[in-house]
Amino acid sequence: MEGFPILTLITFLPVLGMIFILLIPKESKFQIKLTSLVMVALQLVLAGIMMSQFNYNAGGVFEQSSFQFVEKVKWIEIPGVSWLGTVKIDYFLGVDGISMPMVLLTAFVSLIALISSWKIDKSVKGYFALFLLLDTGMMGVFVSLDFFLFYVFWELMLLPMYFLIGIWGGPRKEYAAIKFFIYTLFGSVFMLLVMIGLYFSTTETLTNGSKVFTFNLLAMMDKTNFTADGILSPFNPHNLRFIAYIALFVGFAIKIPMFPFHTWLPDAHVEAPTPISVILAGVLLKMGTYGLLRISYPIFPEITRELMWYIALFGAINIVYGALCAMAQKDFKKLIAYSSVSHMGYVLLGMASLTSVGINGAIFQMFNHGTITAMLFLIVGVVYDRAHTRGIEDFGGLASKLPVYTGFVTVAFFAAIGLPGMSGFISEAFVFVGAFSVPAIRILTVVSTLGIVLGAGYMLWTLQRIFFGKFNEKWSELTDLDTREYVMLIPLTIIIIFLGVYPSAMLNIMNTSVNVLAKFVNETSFLLN
Amino acid sequence: MDINSLIVSLNLIKPEIVITILLFLVIAFDLFYKDNAVIPYITLIGLLVSLVFAITGLPFKENAFSLTNSQYGLLAIDPISSFFKIIVLLASIFVVLFTIISDEVENLKIRKGEFYTLISGMVLGMLFLTSATDFVMIYVAMELLSLPSYVLSGFMRLRDRSGEASLKYVIYGSVSSGIMLFGISLLFGITGSTNLFAINAYLTNQSINYLTLGLSIIMIFVGIGFKISAVPFHFWTPDVYEGSPITITSFLSVASKAAGFIFLIRFIFTGFTNGVAQSGFWNILPVFDWQTLLIIIAVSTMTLGNFSALWQDNLKRMLAFSSIAHAGYMLLGIAVLSNQGILAVMVYFFVYLFMNLGAFLIVMIFADKIQSENIDDFRGVGLTSPFLGFALAVFLISLTGLPPTAGFISKLYLFFALVDANLIYVAVIALLNTVVSLYYYVRVLKHLYLSKPTEATPVIKMSYSVNLLITIMLIPVLLFGIYFTPLLDFAKMCMSFLIN
Repeated sequence: MEGFPILTLITFLPVLGMIFILLIPKESKFQIKLTSLVMVALQLVLAGIMMSQFNYNAGGVFEQSSFQFVEKVKWIEIPGVSWLGTVKIDYFLGVDGISMPMVLLTAFVSLIALISSWKIDKSVKGYFALFLLLDTGMMGVFVSLDFFLFYVFWELMLLPMYFLIGIWGGPRKEYAAIKFFIYTLFGSVFMLLVMIGLYFSTTETLTNGSKVFTFNLLAMMDKTNFTADGILSPFNPHNLRFIAYIALFVGFAIKIPMFPFHTWLPDAHVEAPTPISVILAGVLLKMGTYGLLRISYPIFPEITRELMWYIALFGAINIVYGALCAMAQKDFKKLIAYSSVSHMGYVLLGMASLTSVGINGAIFQMFNHGTITAMLFLIVGVVYDRAHTRGIEDFGGLASKLPVYTGFVTVAFFAAIGLPGMSGFISEAFVFVGAFSVPAIRILTVVSTLGIVLGAGYMLWTLQRIFFGKFNEKWSELTDLDTREYVMLIPLTIIIIFLGVYPSAMLNIMNTSVNVLAKFVNETSFLLN
Repeated sequence: MDINSLIVSLNLIKPEIVITILLFLVIAFDLFYKDNAVIPYITLIGLLVSLVFAITGLPFKENAFSLTNSQYGLLAIDPISSFFKIIVLLASIFVVLFTIISDEVENLKIRKGEFYTLISGMVLGMLFLTSATDFVMIYVAMELLSLPSYVLSGFMRLRDRSGEASLKYVIYGSVSSGIMLFGISLLFGITGSTNLFAINAYLTNQSINYLTLGLSIIMIFVGIGFKISAVPFHFWTPDVYEGSPITITSFLSVASKAAGFIFLIRFIFTGFTNGVAQSGFWNILPVFDWQTLLIIIAVSTMTLGNFSALWQDNLKRMLAFSSIAHAGYMLLGIAVLSNQGILAVMVYFFVYLFMNLGAFLIVMIFADKIQSENIDDFRGVGLTSPFLGFALAVFLISLTGLPPTAGFISKLYLFFALVDANLIYVAVIALLNTVVSLYYYVRVLKHLYLSKPTEATPVIKMSYSVNLLITIMLIPVLLFGIYFTPLLDFAKMCMSFLIN
């Protein structure tokens, strides 16, 4: 595998598919769908190959030598003049134990979402072209190790997402799409500013010995690379690192979405078509927490330590507030959306502990939330496709009419509650163990456990209202799952149960890197003394 | 001035000479040749020849037309002037091509000769303005640029708004140029010279009354501010842009602005800067708090432009306000007062040329077919005319400044310059402005794609040549967003002033 650009391939395969699709006439809907399916399936195959080649003992995080599948070539190089330094940007990709689970998740959820898109009938060509572009953006974010590249991929997703919600969405799609767009751009302009600040504070030594400014994320994690007077350099006594950290954090928090920046999420989810909700909840939300782990944590370790209590606080608020909001919803899909807010809170709480157990739990929770919520949104889609309503009160006693469907729903709901034997249990347990072991955030952890109770409350109550009780005769025409829906739900169920029984399969991938990260964040000081 | 130096000087201004010949040719053809359909093509050829001379003139760095008793010339032919000449000429070529496509101007067959004469006159004025270093030359060039543009903005004389636009433009234009002339005479009174180099030398060596000097500078700013439509001299812009034919609007928004910007840059650099530090920052004469003034103008220009654009339903008017906002961003580049800042302005202008003209072109095509410039009449056009819709989407995204388009690179370099100069708070304001601008640009996309096409929505098919033109404008916008080395190398090479 040495030298084979597998990361480029896995990232740009969807774009290649997009180009093929643009060449197919728009009447050939089946060919368009098939091309997309092949591309996304190939992407999953590549992710599988990557996993089979993955070295579980390589740490990554801050040293390039222990990253895997690294590709680093010159992208932009402009020789400098006296007043303008050399501009050098690398095309720098690589994965470690933190990004590998996300690559797997992206490839897997994209495939599921693509199958779920099979029923799309409106402007098929545009839909699948945008879908594939979105896929490239997501994958690119998880494999970039250069801030510039990271930012380009990060922004690349916005436009396809806007159109996918805006054209194929529900009644208030226009409002939801623009809200999503503006919120995210608002966050990312701050990220841009931090990126430029870091660029002017970090240098990289070239082979000829000269020092040039760099966007290399790994270079920014080494104190010796900082300039003496850069605005984000720890050597500068008037540095703005603290403000930069907050700005960057807001940028990522909007994506997570963290309270109080979460309001775009329910709107976007409710209006988005089912497959896009699946992508949104399954992958997009992870980019926020991934960004924190990949960028904020190792580049600003001292500030992360200083602010861990606040991160935990927001995590706890997300957990409890999200759960309370979910409980009050009458719309099935909105309920799931708010449950996402709550579940992403666990990720924040686990991360805030700065222990390897907690961070392991957080990344595992990112993966599990991706699969479980994807399943929940598919479930909502199934019933909405048939009944054309999502009001929880409209249903009742569906279990007698749709027994198989109810079975899948029960699995997904129990997984979301965190029942032992399902993957969600392991990650939530890790998060709580990690967070509880840190005295500073112990009280917040105790408060957060309330989320589990509330979670069980709204999930079971929903299950009861929709599937049990008296059967509403209005729905006597409903049919049970069809083949396509089996194809989507069965793999998700298998993964959820498999990782619940044998979590090491995923934990082993991330463990080495997480240990390195936790050690790095706890022990590195960029401060002068 | 001896004959030898005259010949040398004439050699340096070949692009201008070509345009002068073109001007006469167009008039001659119009008078003596019945079929005026060839006039646009003659203009096009003239502009192309001039462009070739401008490109071959890139290495020049000399004074032209120096008077006998002075070492300074009327014109400075240096790489940065050639860069802006290229911008002006490219913009003119595109605008002439637009005019050939446009139905709007096509209806005025009989007056074609006039139209192209006036365009050529404007181009000549702009070319002289990019190099002018003597206030006499500057003023002449500026009037040469302004007078035809007053007429052109009122060219559709049968349309009410067009007349209003023209009148407004004339009144604002003459007042501001009068104020500027007064400022110039004050400056002449203080320094005893009309030449920027001589003024610089005088100010470096003598102590002078800063109050009068400051006043004269502000008065000259009025004239420049009018040309680049900076707040508070922008009031004419939306009305004139809305009332003029779209081709003229797009011409004013790019070429005329480019000429204004290079003049502003030269005015500050040549007149009031005492060399450049190693780091690229200018040692500006402490006459005046240049930076604060420029930042205030720039920030208010972009904020006003963006917030006003939010409420516009007329697309042309919206683009007018958006171009005010873009002038604000570019002014920020100048406000940094460093080579990096000017580099950012140059990169910005080069990209702006393609994205702004591109957006105007597509809006023009749509407006011609739909017979309306109102955004509500554009519902679903993106779905019925996919290529045009796609192109407009790319241009608007680039205007917003999102990757992977060139608009992102131009904004990125601007923010580089700002952060490098430690103007963080200004960068924050500019970035928040970008978020605001997203709303109105995306609003167009919303109408184009998110609304269902109605019965009235036309299916617009353009000829291959038009699609080719659009593709030519799309390529730099997409290519430089992903691989911007050539763009930056070129701008860096041209970032060089004549210093006496």
